[in-house]
Amino acid sequence: MATKSIKIRAKLKDDVVTVKALMSHPMETGNRKDSKGEIIPAHFIQEITCTSSGKEVIDAQWSGGISKNPYISFKYRGAKEGDELTLTWVDNQGNSASATAKVS
Amino acid sequence: MKTDLKRRLLLKGSVATSTIGIAIGAGLLSPTTVLAAWPKEAFAAKDIPGALNALLGADNAEESDAIKIKAPDIAENGAVVPVTVSTTLTGAESIAIIAANNPVPLIANFDLKEGAEGFVSSRIKMGKSGDVIAVVKADGKLYKAAKEVKVTIGGCGG
Repeated sequence: MATKSIKIRAKLKDDVVTVKALMSHPMETGNRKDSKGEIIPAHFIQEITCTSSGKEVIDAQWSGGISKNPYISFKYRGAKEGDELTLTWVDNQGNSASATAKVS
Repeated sequence: MKTDLKRRLLLKGSVATSTIGIAIGAGLLSPTTVLAAWPKEAFAAKDIPGALNALLGADNAEESDAIKIKAPDIAENGAVVPVTVSTTLTGAESIAIIAANNPVPLIANFDLKEGAEGFVSSRIKMGKSGDVIAVVKADGKLYKAAKEVKVTIGGCGG
C-alpha cells in the first residue's frame, strides 16, 4: 500500500511531543457479511510501532475493534524539533505501510 | 583442518539464514509468526478476565482515580466512538482499551516505551451500550477505570 495511506503530525510543546496519525484501512473484523450473505474476511491492522530517532516510543496491538480508517494519538518526551518520527503498521494479511514526520 | 571445518559451518549458517530471509520475502511464512508480539490469545478471548490474563498475566485490576477515560456519554454511531485514556500513574507500562459488551472485548493494547506519556487516543467500534474499560499496568500492578457509553446505532452489524 502506498505511503500516502498514512497522515501523521508530530508537534512539540513544553518538551512533550503530541503525535496524531490517521491511516486508511478497512478494519474488517471478520464478523460482517456482505449483501450476498457471505462473510467478509477479517482485514485489520494488528500492530503499530512508532520510533523516534530510532528509539521505540510506543507499540500498539489492535483487534478489529478499532474503527475503520484508524486514528491514533499519543504523547512522548525526549525529542527535539526536527527529529524524525516513523509510524509503521502491519495488518493480519501481511500488508504494511509506514510514514515519517518531522517533529515541529 | 580445524579452520576448514569452521569455515564450512559458517558457510552453512549463512546459507540457512538467507533461506529464511527469502522465505519471509516470498510470503511463505505467515506474518503472525514474524509478529510474535501480537497477543493472539488475548484477542480471541470472549470475556474480560480471559483477555486480561492472556495479555497481562493477571485480571485483578484495582480501581483507580488516576486513570481518566474521555468518551461520549451517548454515541450516535457505534462504529466510531472516540476514546481517550490518560493516566497520571507513575511508571505506566501499558494501556489496554476494552469494550465490555463487544464480541471480542479487548480492542487494543498500547505498550508505552521509554519517554511515552500515559496518554493514548483512538476511535473504537462498540456493538452495543456498555462500559469502556481502561486497564493500565504501572510498576507491575494493574489499575482500571470504566466509563459507560450508550450506543444508539450498533457498530458491528454494519
